[in-house]
Amino acid sequence: MKLRVKFKKFGAVRFIGHLDVMRFFQKAIRRAGLDIAYTGGYSPHQIMTFASPLGVGLESNGEYMDIEVNSLTSCSDVIERLNNASVQGIEITSVKILPDNAGNAMASVAAAKYTVRFRDGRTPNISIDSKLPVFLNQEKIEITKKTKKGIRELDLKPGIFELSWDGKAFHMLVDASSAGNIKPIQIIEALLSTADEILQENALLITREDVYTNTGTEENPIFTSLGDIGSELLPTVAED
Amino acid sequence: MNNQDRLALSDDILMKIEKPERYIGHEVNSIIKDKEKIDVRFAMCFPDVYEIGMSHLGIQILYDMFNSWEDVWCERVYSPWLDLDAIMREEKIPLFALESQDPIKEFDFLGITIQYEMCYTNILQVLDLSGIPINAEDRGEDCPIVIGGGPCTYNPEPLADFFDIFYIGEGETQYRHLLDLYKKCKSEGKSRKEFLRKAAKVPGMYVPRFYTVEYNQDGTIKCFTPTEEGIPATVTKEIQMDVTDTYYPMKPVVPFIKVTQDRVVLEIQRGCIRGCRFCQAGQLYRPVRERDVETLKKWAMEMLKNTGHEEISLSSLSSSDYSKLPELIDFLIEECNKKHTNISLPSLRIDAFSLDVMSKVQDVKKSSLTFAPEAGSQRLRNVINKGLTEDVILKGAALAFEGGWTRVKLYFMLGLPTETEDDIRGIAELSNKIAATFFDTVPKEKRVNGKIQIVASTSFFVPKPFTPFQWARQCTKDEFIEKAYQTRKAISEQLNQKSIKYNWHEADASVLEGVLARGDRRLCRVIRRVYEKGSFYDAWSEYYNNERWLETIEECGLSVEFYTHRERSVDEILPWDFIDCGVTKEFLKREWEKAQREEISENCKMKCQGCGAAKFGGGICFQQRHEQGLVTGGC
Repeated sequence: MKLRVKFKKFGAVRFIGHLDVMRFFQKAIRRAGLDIAYTGGYSPHQIMTFASPLGVGLESNGEYMDIEVNSLTSCSDVIERLNNASVQGIEITSVKILPDNAGNAMASVAAAKYTVRFRDGRTPNISIDSKLPVFLNQEKIEITKKTKKGIRELDLKPGIFELSWDGKAFHMLVDASSAGNIKPIQIIEALLSTADEILQENALLITREDVYTNTGTEENPIFTSLGDIGSELLPTVAED
Repeated sequence: MNNQDRLALSDDILMKIEKPERYIGHEVNSIIKDKEKIDVRFAMCFPDVYEIGMSHLGIQILYDMFNSWEDVWCERVYSPWLDLDAIMREEKIPLFALESQDPIKEFDFLGITIQYEMCYTNILQVLDLSGIPINAEDRGEDCPIVIGGGPCTYNPEPLADFFDIFYIGEGETQYRHLLDLYKKCKSEGKSRKEFLRKAAKVPGMYVPRFYTVEYNQDGTIKCFTPTEEGIPATVTKEIQMDVTDTYYPMKPVVPFIKVTQDRVVLEIQRGCIRGCRFCQAGQLYRPVRERDVETLKKWAMEMLKNTGHEEISLSSLSSSDYSKLPELIDFLIEECNKKHTNISLPSLRIDAFSLDVMSKVQDVKKSSLTFAPEAGSQRLRNVINKGLTEDVILKGAALAFEGGWTRVKLYFMLGLPTETEDDIRGIAELSNKIAATFFDTVPKEKRVNGKIQIVASTSFFVPKPFTPFQWARQCTKDEFIEKAYQTRKAISEQLNQKSIKYNWHEADASVLEGVLARGDRRLCRVIRRVYEKGSFYDAWSEYYNNERWLETIEECGLSVEFYTHRERSVDEILPWDFIDCGVTKEFLKREWEKAQREEISENCKMKCQGCGAAKFGGGICFQQRHEQGLVTGGC
């Protein structure tokens, strides 16, 4: 049985890197005494997949991990046990049983929602209210991206699904698929560059609000939260 | 953000340094207390990087013990890595403890565990970054009491200037008394010095400022005496005789990042019955004390549950000597298989039993077999009293090869007392015989990859206090290098040389380790100056600056030759003679003489050698006499 675990990451533990979060959960699951499934072979490991790595320093209200269990008491029991085995700053908010045909957390990621603020004293001088509509009306939002193979041009426009500014923070829904992942900082830097301004170092406070999968089509996407897939109800056991 | 999320380092710093997880605390099982309800704040330090420090069992035991007391809050602190060190100096950020993120200077105590000589400069780094004067005499009433513990405190003299107190021995026994004394002095408004004067009378405590040293013309010690009435002339080590009914952390702290010891550590016994003459731990921790096997089983399960670790390791100086080892291992294998937990078994002697166990807990094809003959010839193994014969090694190897092992690691030391070229050639010959055993034992068609891999490693011998070799001369760097060349050459001349790989350690640091291990108070100036010139992380070869050390020793008017390249007379007053670790100087002298006669001494189970440690009321000889109803007392 596959479970999808949703959790928050905030406070001091936002400095823990993705691989160490995985290690944290491997041990937390053992502390919680969950009946997790292991792979075969000489060095078995827990069957576990994460939706999308979260950068060091970012907070999140919607991280996802899929795990395979051999048996289950109830979803609320798993939440309680994991939270008891957790630390301050990593909090499990929901657990759902995935339908058998559900794609795994990593493969199904299509978009992510972020809230982005400026740190005190690092707000740019431009008027975001007036610049943002112009920025979004461009045909293309081209940036140059440094990769291992060199510098390449990238158009952010198709990957920005929503972008707004409420006077204090940006709210954005952007492409988070493995092929077209956009980082919030790329958008802010592109916005500032339209006014010839450079983003100060470490200027952004970023919170990932949620991660989505596309339940529509490629042309007409419907972004559904990964946390809305599955059910909390235990499947009825078929007698054989 | 609530208070617990307050970090000592800004986001800007945490985002630009390597592994910020080293500095943010918040680990599973770390302890947060309300500091308003605490009488004593204790910062426990391992003066090396987090990943090393977090792997140390002793700190975990004391952390658990202190925090089990309601009036005490113990926190952890490690050496900041070089990247953060530079930032903290630049931005004048004081060193802080991981749990509260509060500056170390606000604490009542700073406890530093001193596990190896090459961390001495890191101790100064920790004091300096904390804003605590490096020399104890310069500290004011606002400074924490700086107290040292661990194996290097059995010769604390090279660090005497930097510590207020050294706690000689095992921490479980006297800390409660010491903290109560501290609380009493504090409530009575007593000064730092008055507290230290009283502390110097608590068993096991050595307060260096109350002792003075006079030297002879030749630089040796003339006398070592207390400067005040009532200060004891001898400090006897503290020892926890009942190792079952005592403190042990059922909830060890679980780091976020992968540390060196990323597993549950189950200490099955303390002390060792073996008496290898080069081994300091084997003498310091006498007498041997076993833990109750039922208790160990319970602890193992409890710790695995509370940490979620995927592996458990048994810890002791010689696990094969633990009397209930088969029972404990059978239990662990059964329980760990159910829980997908690995078992790691260091320091096992290779025999039919251990091979059987190892084949159950590890992948034979991937793992290697480790022997530590320490010396290449039987003659030299007799000198060092390493009771491992060639016959035993070759039989063990043959058994292992039949069981499918194809990798062997061999550990030797170069520069042992009385060593000759023949002994060195013995290293090569023994390695060759092991390879030959493989070809004799395993028929061609059964050889995995057709070959055997032998890795022979040599380290350079460093004489240590409280060993029979404490009087021995250490080789010079050039002698060491020559010996390594001889070893390499001898290996290259062997028939099976293609199956043998040879590694050796660097010689520079081994000589300095020798200087610090048997040094006296005059070295404090050297350590301080070398630190001020920029040395720290000396245990990391990439940061070790040998030239700087040599130059500084000379500037201070001291010599490497005096401290480590001369043989000491058995009549000389040694800097650590004021410490009584149970094992007597008479016994060590007898062992030193027997070594020179190439005579072995049987282990505690075979025959009591009268080492003196029975005075603590334990050990094999003590128990035997107790069972026979004889009167207790020294052997």
